[in-house]
Amino acid sequence: MFDNLDLLALAPALNIQLLLDGLFVGAIFVLAAYGLALVWGVMNVKNLAQGEFVIMGGYFAWHLSTFGIHPIASIPIVFAIMFAFGWAVYLAIIRYVISRDLFTSLLATFGIALVVQQALNLAYGPEVRTAESGFTSHALFGGLVTVAEIKIVSFVLSIGLAAAVITFMKTSRMGQAIRATAQDPRAAKIMGIDTERVYAFTYALNAAICGAAGVLVSMIWVIQPFYGIPHSIRAFVIVTAAGLGNIPGVIVTGLGLGVAEQYSGFVLGAEFQQATPLILLLLVLIWRQVQMARHRQVVQ
Amino acid sequence: MKSINTPVKAWNSIGARTFSGLVLAGAAAGMIAAGPASAKVDGDTIILGSAISLTGKYSSNGIDTQNGYDLAVKKINEMGGVKVGGKSYKLKIQYYDDESTPARTAQLLERLIEQDGVQYILGPYSSATTIAAAPVTEKYQVPMIEAEGASRALFNKGYKYLFAVLSTSEQYLASAVGLAAEIAEKNGKNPADVRVAMVFENDAFSLDVRAGVVEDMKKFGMKTVIDDKMPADLSDISATLTKVKALKPDLLVISGHNKGAVTAARQMQELQVQVPMVAMTHCEGAKIVQQFGAAADGYLCPTQWAETLSYSDGYFGSAADYDKLFKSTFEGYSNVPYQAAQASAAVIVWKEAFEAANAFETDKVRDAIAATDTETFYGPIKFSEAGNNLAKPMVLRQIQGGEYKVVAPSKYASDSLVWPREAMY
Repeated sequence: MFDNLDLLALAPALNIQLLLDGLFVGAIFVLAAYGLALVWGVMNVKNLAQGEFVIMGGYFAWHLSTFGIHPIASIPIVFAIMFAFGWAVYLAIIRYVISRDLFTSLLATFGIALVVQQALNLAYGPEVRTAESGFTSHALFGGLVTVAEIKIVSFVLSIGLAAAVITFMKTSRMGQAIRATAQDPRAAKIMGIDTERVYAFTYALNAAICGAAGVLVSMIWVIQPFYGIPHSIRAFVIVTAAGLGNIPGVIVTGLGLGVAEQYSGFVLGAEFQQATPLILLLLVLIWRQVQMARHRQVVQ
Repeated sequence: MKSINTPVKAWNSIGARTFSGLVLAGAAAGMIAAGPASAKVDGDTIILGSAISLTGKYSSNGIDTQNGYDLAVKKINEMGGVKVGGKSYKLKIQYYDDESTPARTAQLLERLIEQDGVQYILGPYSSATTIAAAPVTEKYQVPMIEAEGASRALFNKGYKYLFAVLSTSEQYLASAVGLAAEIAEKNGKNPADVRVAMVFENDAFSLDVRAGVVEDMKKFGMKTVIDDKMPADLSDISATLTKVKALKPDLLVISGHNKGAVTAARQMQELQVQVPMVAMTHCEGAKIVQQFGAAADGYLCPTQWAETLSYSDGYFGSAADYDKLFKSTFEGYSNVPYQAAQASAAVIVWKEAFEAANAFETDKVRDAIAATDTETFYGPIKFSEAGNNLAKPMVLRQIQGGEYKVVAPSKYASDSLVWPREAMY
């Protein structure tokens, strides 16, 4: 461990590599987490199939690439397919559990996750796939730092996509309806908002955002039918740590988590990389608990 | 109460009678089916037994194994069979389908040994089924020559009747360490100065592979500069590869099944990792060449056997001859799987053991198997005390121009090693 810290001190350029890699992958974490924040905040559904939607998007991109469609060009297509899929899942399952207790909605979304995993396994087999972007990498600092073009492109795309969704939520009628429903669904309904449609749209939008994240994952990482779980865990960690409804918080936490994972992988070893988000979540929850306890004392 | 109990009693007595009748009939049928204990040699035929995966999840490799067994039996019989006590015997295999289920393998072996009187066993397909089979053959003190179970767990239990012709998992990347030492010496360096980076999945197979690498490194006194385990989902090892770039090891060894191999190949391409020697398992299974093209050039990939090897014997001739014969005997093979080759080698060991023992008593034959020291088209075979084959090294193939070329051990190499690795990023 101390050897690795020494290494960072001896070659400060390595910090740039870890920082860049962390930010690039963190931007993709943000997308899936943003979708979860939406569904959780508006519908109070904790979607355990979040990671599976990401992987599903990745498979569609890979499949389209076999027809000669570049993965980046497939983003709008995958977005549309996943939107329709999300809407269908809402109509078939989610609408029946939305008003039920937490346990029912967790079970239902866990079931969706299992079905998606097995369907992908049936359709594409258990082999690991990657969608090739054809982009190259650039070496800096005498080869010590490598910047992959695809990571820059996917960073820009994910930030752009997140910005587009935020703008949509702020300016469009549907966005306003979603926000109103999130604040008070009963009042929104009384004011004439079709909350059922808002819920369906929100769930579909979440699936579409996850799908787009999946396209980026398939280009910079690897996809496999059973690789959804780590993406789900990261999304939950980010939303919980950032706080529900805190969109800037989701972005900062997602990017920070990406960087933290890279640093922990470097210093402690790759096997601790995925333990980092959970340890950080625990620390955040403990810190929040302390804060709340203080707040309660003041109120008393 | 009475009206209810009476019919129940009546039914019970009928049921009991029927049941005892069935037991008697079953026992009689069993006695008939069991046959004589001499079923191991029937006239001029020696009967070998095998419970193998002809259906279920291992069936494709199970059938490859069966084809390997059958081809060797056919060849040996055509060459005059097995000579014991001045008489020629033909070989024959009695098969049962274990449905790729370890519990079924164990049951069927009991049946082969107990009822069918078979005293010479050929192993099933896979480590899992072989692990289930070994206690049975050990219990009945019946020798089993297996060709498809590589797990180290098979060879640390002190089994006396288990023999494996293949290389065990800890040998998968060990030859890469030997090769690195050879290169160092050639370049006027001390092998002890070779610096090794290791990245392994945290599972039984990869940790076995790691143990082999570590053992061999100790022999040369090599230094470990990185010893990381892959993250649970095997999707991102870029932080480890960043360390690799900074520390510039002489050898990078990676094992994480197909998934780990794809992740490593992709991220090494992206980060443009320039290690002079890279060895990883599962290159072929992960289709590294097809997915990464020239970026995968120079990887060293272990395999149990290849048709380009310079091994040969008096049965099949060279490895290339075996390859030709197999393809012309069985339809639908563009590449001969090494599983078939090692299955044929197991039958050769049986043949030579019978002749060396010049007897059919299982203990005499078992001792003859234990003393095996032979060269085959599949490689040399000599068993350790634990029953694994220590003589056959794992073969390393290097990806050169998108093709797998055998480069180590040097004695059997078909092509020379490209060092340092020349990857096109």
